[in-house]
Amino acid sequence: MSGSALELAAAVRRGTRSAVDVLDEHRAAIEATELQIHAFNLVTAAEARAAAEEVDRTVAAGDDPGPLAGVPIALKDNLCTRGIPTTCSSKILDGWLPPYDATVVQRLAAAGAVPIGKTNLDEFAMGSSTENSAFGPTRNPRDLTRVPGGSSGGSAAAVAAGFAPLSLGSDTGGSIRQPAALCGVVGVKPTYGRVSRYGLIAFASSLDQIGPFANTVADAAQLLEVIAGHDPRDSTSIPEGPPAVSEHLLDGVDGLRVGVVTELLGEGIAPDVAARVREAAEALAAAGAKVEEASVPAAIYGLSAYYLIAPAEASSNLARFDGVRYGLRVNAPTTNEMMIATRTAGFGAEVKRRIMLGTYALSAGYYDAYYGQAQRVRTLIARDFAAAYEQFDVLLSPTSPTTAFAFGDKTADPLTMYLNDVCTIPSNLVGDPAMSVPFGTGADGLPVGVQVLAPALAEATMFRTAAVLEGAAP
Amino acid sequence: MSDRISRDAVAHVARLANLALTDDELDTYTAQLADVLAHAADVEALDLAGVEPTTHPYPLTNVLRADVVGPTLDRDEVLAAAPAVADDRFSVPTILGEAP
Amino acid sequence: MTTTLLPEGWELIVGLEVHAELATATKMFSAAPNMFGDDPNTNIDPVTLGLPGSLPVLNEKAVELAIRLGLAVHCSVEPSVFSRKNYFYPDMPKDFQISQYDKPINVDGWLELPDGTVIGIERAHLEEDTGKSSHMGGDGRIHGASHSLVDYNRAGVPLLEIVSRPDIRTPDQAKAYVSELRSILVATGASDGKMEEGSMRVDANVSVHHPGEPFGTRCEIKNLNSLRSLGRAIEYEARRQVDVLEAGETIRQETRHWNEAEGRTSTMRVKEDADDYRYFPEPDLVPLAPSAEWIEQIRADLPPMPAERRARLAAAAGVPKTTDSVAVIVERDLDGLALATLELGADPGRVLVHVEQNLSGDGSAELRPDLLAALIALETGGELTATQAKQVLADVVATGADPAEVAKAKGFEAMSSDALFTAIDEIIAGSPDEWERFRTGDQKARGKLTGFFVGQVMKATRGQADGGAVTARLNELAAG
Ligand SMILES: [Mg+2]
Ligand SMILES: [Zn+2]
Repeated sequence: MSGSALELAAAVRRGTRSAVDVLDEHRAAIEATELQIHAFNLVTAAEARAAAEEVDRTVAAGDDPGPLAGVPIALKDNLCTRGIPTTCSSKILDGWLPPYDATVVQRLAAAGAVPIGKTNLDEFAMGSSTENSAFGPTRNPRDLTRVPGGSSGGSAAAVAAGFAPLSLGSDTGGSIRQPAALCGVVGVKPTYGRVSRYGLIAFASSLDQIGPFANTVADAAQLLEVIAGHDPRDSTSIPEGPPAVSEHLLDGVDGLRVGVVTELLGEGIAPDVAARVREAAEALAAAGAKVEEASVPAAIYGLSAYYLIAPAEASSNLARFDGVRYGLRVNAPTTNEMMIATRTAGFGAEVKRRIMLGTYALSAGYYDAYYGQAQRVRTLIARDFAAAYEQFDVLLSPTSPTTAFAFGDKTADPLTMYLNDVCTIPSNLVGDPAMSVPFGTGADGLPVGVQVLAPALAEATMFRTAAVLEGAAP
Repeated sequence: MSDRISRDAVAHVARLANLALTDDELDTYTAQLADVLAHAADVEALDLAGVEPTTHPYPLTNVLRADVVGPTLDRDEVLAAAPAVADDRFSVPTILGEAP
Repeated sequence: MTTTLLPEGWELIVGLEVHAELATATKMFSAAPNMFGDDPNTNIDPVTLGLPGSLPVLNEKAVELAIRLGLAVHCSVEPSVFSRKNYFYPDMPKDFQISQYDKPINVDGWLELPDGTVIGIERAHLEEDTGKSSHMGGDGRIHGASHSLVDYNRAGVPLLEIVSRPDIRTPDQAKAYVSELRSILVATGASDGKMEEGSMRVDANVSVHHPGEPFGTRCEIKNLNSLRSLGRAIEYEARRQVDVLEAGETIRQETRHWNEAEGRTSTMRVKEDADDYRYFPEPDLVPLAPSAEWIEQIRADLPPMPAERRARLAAAAGVPKTTDSVAVIVERDLDGLALATLELGADPGRVLVHVEQNLSGDGSAELRPDLLAALIALETGGELTATQAKQVLADVVATGADPAEVAKAKGFEAMSSDALFTAIDEIIAGSPDEWERFRTGDQKARGKLTGFFVGQVMKATRGQADGGAVTARLNELAAG
């Protein structure tokens, strides 16, 4: 039952379907297969029902229930929800009830959406397979022997499995786009600062963005318009209002200059995935776009820079989990020992690895060589993208180098896992928007995602390109 | 043992990060961090003198808030989430020294 | 003024770091109230507690107050960046402090002490305060406590850290610097400067050396919260360091704690390589670059600072700007009254004396300058003695009445010279021995007996006599 969120909202707004009915249908889907998939850390049955009933009352009263009226939405479990457990899939936050809502959660409520649960993720969003969750992995609904990607694996799986037509994830190095690709749904990382990070539990502050998952490009556009826009509680929130994406969705790509990024289509990219990207480029050309090879030479340094910057910021962001104010405490005779015992027991291996890597990259004597140098590389990559965008309106690449891989395939060697993010990382480093659109399948019959990249604030162009690809997908 | 990062350096970093590692973990993490740092050698090797670092992908300045009091949290709700509480405050075990 | 009393050949070098809590309504990075003395953990919000997902947003007023102070101490206001200082401590909700590190808002200033000494100011940067831990069990001190309780009301309160250059040479100078800085903080409205409430806290970096040689290794004495502690701690620490060095040992760079009761400093923490704060630019805040217009507008709105006020009063009174009474008058905020009174033509010497010595009580600040000028006119016209003038002034301050009428009501009539001379003659006649010793004695003896005779005449005239006139007449008579 992969319904369209826009159609559901329209029906609820018209009063031809009740929000409670819509919710019950999705609850039934969850009950049917959630045990196998494990998309959720928590299904919020009572809260969702209350929200759906409120929407129905609003409709009955003749008031505007909002553009997402009655649409069930799954929230990545690193978004703060007042009074509802928010865990980041970490033992260290087990049982924590935030005393406040994230800005996006408030905006969803105002738009009439019905939050139905908190989705599984790699602990603190660190990972590319959702295998790093303290509460067990999520399975890919397209093939239960495969990972859903990560870190927003639960949010991607929830949409792919029909548990909700919409979900929210967070994307620090590809954590929305890569699982979207692996699960065969649409996933969007907006321009850095488009969507308020207030209430998103930080992984790497200068890279994190919240964004939509949906079955269709149009649904993703509507969700983005609801959650985007300036928020005075986030200093990095850009002053512009939400992007007008939906109204340009059907504008087509006639005359659009599309560049296929050479550096992201070579070594390390599976041939079947590369082939799909080339087909996607041809589809755009057939729709009137001018397609050429594009070069972003510094993009090859993205992975190294990312794995210094993100852990550095994370090492500081995650210091607050110390057993004093909330979450887990492991008792010990002194505060210092208590903090060490709590953090040692509360964090999983990947989180510890990144905290140590980041601590090292910031420590005396290494700052310049690692963190400082990585921030300079960021400038190089931004320059190269800016130069490419003088010639092109959008760029094209694979989202992930491969289709969904099997559990355990890449857990032994962290670096192999990190290589998954090679195509998605550059957009986070420079802050530009990028999205993944399903485009056929690989040799194994599993979904392939094509990534559309655009300059900062050019979400409208990116979305109309994605809409053409969606229509042309095999 | 890698020349990228020593076992002692990993132990030092774990101390700074308030993490305790077993000997085995120390070995594993040393090897894994060394791998990542070896991969980062490409970045380390670049000559970037004169290139400004990017700390924010979307450059903004002077984002300021008016000095107006807003809502506060309910103390009971906050303290209910705390591991240990006494006299309306957060309770912690013996603190060994003053703040640095 | 005392000096360090270091042995010959040693010089004391002091640099001070003053943390001042800024007088804002809300915290540095959130809208929670900045309020002292409320119930524990009431002035808290997600940002104050560093809750997961919370984000800082900079308080405009804190920036304005920082610039006010910066301009008042002649700093240059620069584009600045906030950084994270990472360390684990339970009173620090995020386990990092947001502070300005390599790009502070104010750099390179100075202030002038009342005695004319100029002390350099390296920087004055913005940062956030920590919460407060109370140590339970034991005697309330951190050592021996069984557990500690943390109140985060103070966490996130905006602080300005003002770092002096190592230009201070004596404990008294250190006290004068802090006192001057406090006056400037109050004058700019940046802080209430209340050391006793902790809104101003001082760390002292102390070292000793032989002049001409490089500075010695310094020790930092933390959290001195009164001028008295500051002076005593520096003096103790300087002597300790000299003793260590003279015994042929070396000074370890360390943080030291001042124990007020025992009057000594002790090791708190040895500075180690482990002091690795891993500073990096705070990614959740954007750079701060106050516009030239904003800075100039703040500059234009600044009231005159104490040094300028001292200079202005000294010039109006025709005395050096380092005159003690001038400093005291400005410190008590009575220079406006003094200047207005001088403007009415009152005798400068009498103005400074009255304002400094006789106007410390309630209502002094509201005294009308014309009444003070009228009083001084009575005094310089010989109609009131200094003693009488002081008594009249007290009544004028209390009632606002006209000085001439107060004097009349008190029965203070001006004494004629004849009546005074008669009174003096009668006292001399009644004390022949004393008079003989006065007449023939040396300077010292005469000085002593002057007091005796003036006192007798005052008693006989019920205070109406003028002490100066009596002395002059005695000397005249003795000279024959
Ligand atoms: Mg200090
Ligand atoms: Zn400080």
